[in-house]
Amino acid sequence: MNRQEGQSTSDRPVLEVMNLTMDFGGIRALDGFCLRLRQGEIAALIGPNGAGKTTFFNCLTGMYLPTRGELQLFRPDGATRRLNGLRPDKITEQGLARTFQNIRLFPRMTVLENVMIGRHCRTRAGVLGAILRGPAARREEKDTVRISSRILEKIGLAGQLNEFAGNLPYGAQRRLEIARALATEPLILLLDEPAAGMNPQETRELDELICRLRDEGLTILLIEHDMKLVMSLSDHIFVMDYGRKIAEGTPAEVRRNPEVIKAYLGEEESFGPA
Amino acid sequence: MARRTMRLNGRDIGSALLTALWFAFLALPFLAVKINPVEQTVTWRWHAIIYVALAAFLLSLGGSLYRQYRKAHLARKSQNDLSSEQSLFGRLWATRKIRLSLLAALTAAAITFPLLFSTYQTNIMITALIYVMLGLGLNIVVGVAGLLDLGYVAFYAVGAYSYALLNLHFGIGFWSALPISALLAAFFGVILGFPVLRLRGDYLAIVTLGFGEIIRLILENWNAFSKGPSGIANIPRPGFFGLDLTLEGAIIYLYYLMLGLVLFTVFVVNRLQNSRIGRAWFALREDEIACQAMGIDKTRTKLTAFALGATWAGMAGVIFAAKTTFVNPASFTFLESAIILCIVVLGGMGSIIGVVLAALLLILLPEYLRPLADYRMLAFGAVLVAMMVFRPQGLVSRVRRTYVPAGKNIPDE
Ligand SMILES: Nc1ncnc2c1ncn2[C@@H]1O[C@H](COP(=O)(O)OP(=O)(O)O)[C@@H](O)[C@H]1O
Ligand SMILES: [Mg+2]
Repeated sequence: MNRQEGQSTSDRPVLEVMNLTMDFGGIRALDGFCLRLRQGEIAALIGPNGAGKTTFFNCLTGMYLPTRGELQLFRPDGATRRLNGLRPDKITEQGLARTFQNIRLFPRMTVLENVMIGRHCRTRAGVLGAILRGPAARREEKDTVRISSRILEKIGLAGQLNEFAGNLPYGAQRRLEIARALATEPLILLLDEPAAGMNPQETRELDELICRLRDEGLTILLIEHDMKLVMSLSDHIFVMDYGRKIAEGTPAEVRRNPEVIKAYLGEEESFGPA
Repeated sequence: MARRTMRLNGRDIGSALLTALWFAFLALPFLAVKINPVEQTVTWRWHAIIYVALAAFLLSLGGSLYRQYRKAHLARKSQNDLSSEQSLFGRLWATRKIRLSLLAALTAAAITFPLLFSTYQTNIMITALIYVMLGLGLNIVVGVAGLLDLGYVAFYAVGAYSYALLNLHFGIGFWSALPISALLAAFFGVILGFPVLRLRGDYLAIVTLGFGEIIRLILENWNAFSKGPSGIANIPRPGFFGLDLTLEGAIIYLYYLMLGLVLFTVFVVNRLQNSRIGRAWFALREDEIACQAMGIDKTRTKLTAFALGATWAGMAGVIFAAKTTFVNPASFTFLESAIILCIVVLGGMGSIIGVVLAALLLILLPEYLRPLADYRMLAFGAVLVAMMVFRPQGLVSRVRRTYVPAGKNIPDE
């Protein structure tokens, strides 16, 4: 193991994916994919383009209805939740929050409003609350602003609260997506290529941020192409190709795995010194 | 950066010539040829065609110049700064003193209006206020939640007919009919909402358009229910504590009533927009998928938007029925939906002040253009086109809601 036992990583599973299959007409994008996440770990999902990584996220978060398979979430209170067939918003409510490979912010809403949207599933105020603005609704609204701006402080966007999200530079938009996901109070954070298009400085900051989130007890699963980032960050790596898991293990194990080397043939140098 | 001078090149002149030719050709049959059926002679009025061509040519050149100016202007502005796109009005509005005095003047004008102007003018103003209400309602659906609804008039019809029918069959008065009709319209909003939940953009527009027509056709053809094309007459005006009002009194009373209702609408819509639900609507307009991924129940959010948008149309319908004391299906054609949509687009999607201004402009302008007689609607169309060319984002862009988190003291401007 590349990290000491007894750190925040425990052996308690938080997510169990069994035999997940997703067909698009004739294309089998996921083929009996299995995955298990343990509480508080940073796991990475890697694989060549078109391997089915994003499709896996889409199945997991309810965007696609998988053809077959079992998705189970183990909540901290000991309860087990089956996620199959739940609507995306219900899955987010259960504690899975994601970011998108191609950024999907609300461009004409402010940075703060974007994060406040993340609070939606943790707040209650309805139509009457909005119109009458009673004490409960007002308190809730105040809390939403407070919690959201605190998350933005943590992410390093506190200076741009009232800026339109669409006006932020690229790296900041990626971080804002993370902030928005955090506002939903997730158990598991799913990041789809969070470092894509970032410069080295931004990537380093992202590395730090993800570590900090893990230290706060969050479980993180990220899809990433930047091997240096993956190798230094992950506790556990899943490698997939053609919708199947071809290997898994610690970064050191995965790097030695012949199957992985074969899948990445010609890209070996990208494994470089971690 | 090199200073760009504005110059017309050959292509602009060429396209202007082409435009001139095209207009001359179009105008030919009805401007140039004058047939006298009695003497059986044809007079050619070539000079008219020359005027048309000349006007088209100059207008087209002017258009090219304006486009160049605009491009240069936009380039000069820092590119990714949407925020500096604030209108003169927005900047004025931001100043507290000006805002207060403007509001005071507006209040005074609104209150004294029926005392200063004739019943005829007051009547027109009531119509304008009805459209303010309709615009604000549709603004929730189209401007805020981004659901293009071309059948909004259906809910207006539901409101008007429910008052008319409830009154006819059960003798229910204006004040009881108002909330009942609002609820009924909201219910219809949900009914329409369900089948179109999965539709977006053009598809949604077409289905809602169909829904609007269906309601109108039902009203037109189901004689036993709605009395068909002849409509329902003798709908009572709103009562005033059981007093019998003269016609003039009733109109003035209706005016104040409508004024109050519009204020109520503004208040409620404003609060809705700046709430958890309002934010969800805006987010839905921006990105439906991201919205769901953030834990927003798409179905529920859309249905609330449809229902809360329809509510105001329902109420406006009741007022309309009470004002004209007569309803028939001809009042609820697609044209109405189009006008209300125009109000929302012209005002600026999601902007309450914009919608209020646009409604007043769009309803009052044709009235006050009457001196132009035959050219009235032409001028009206020209104003609309010019508006969309010069301010495609609408009269007033939505004021960005800014927050100051507790414990921070960011100075107020
Ligand atoms: N909505 C869809 N319809 C049809 N095919 C899809 C769809 N989404 C993904 N696929 C296919 O599934 C495969 C995996 O895609 P994806 O999950 O995006 O790969 P990755 O994220 O690993 O690069 C690709 O062959 C892609 O064409
Ligand atoms: Mg992908």
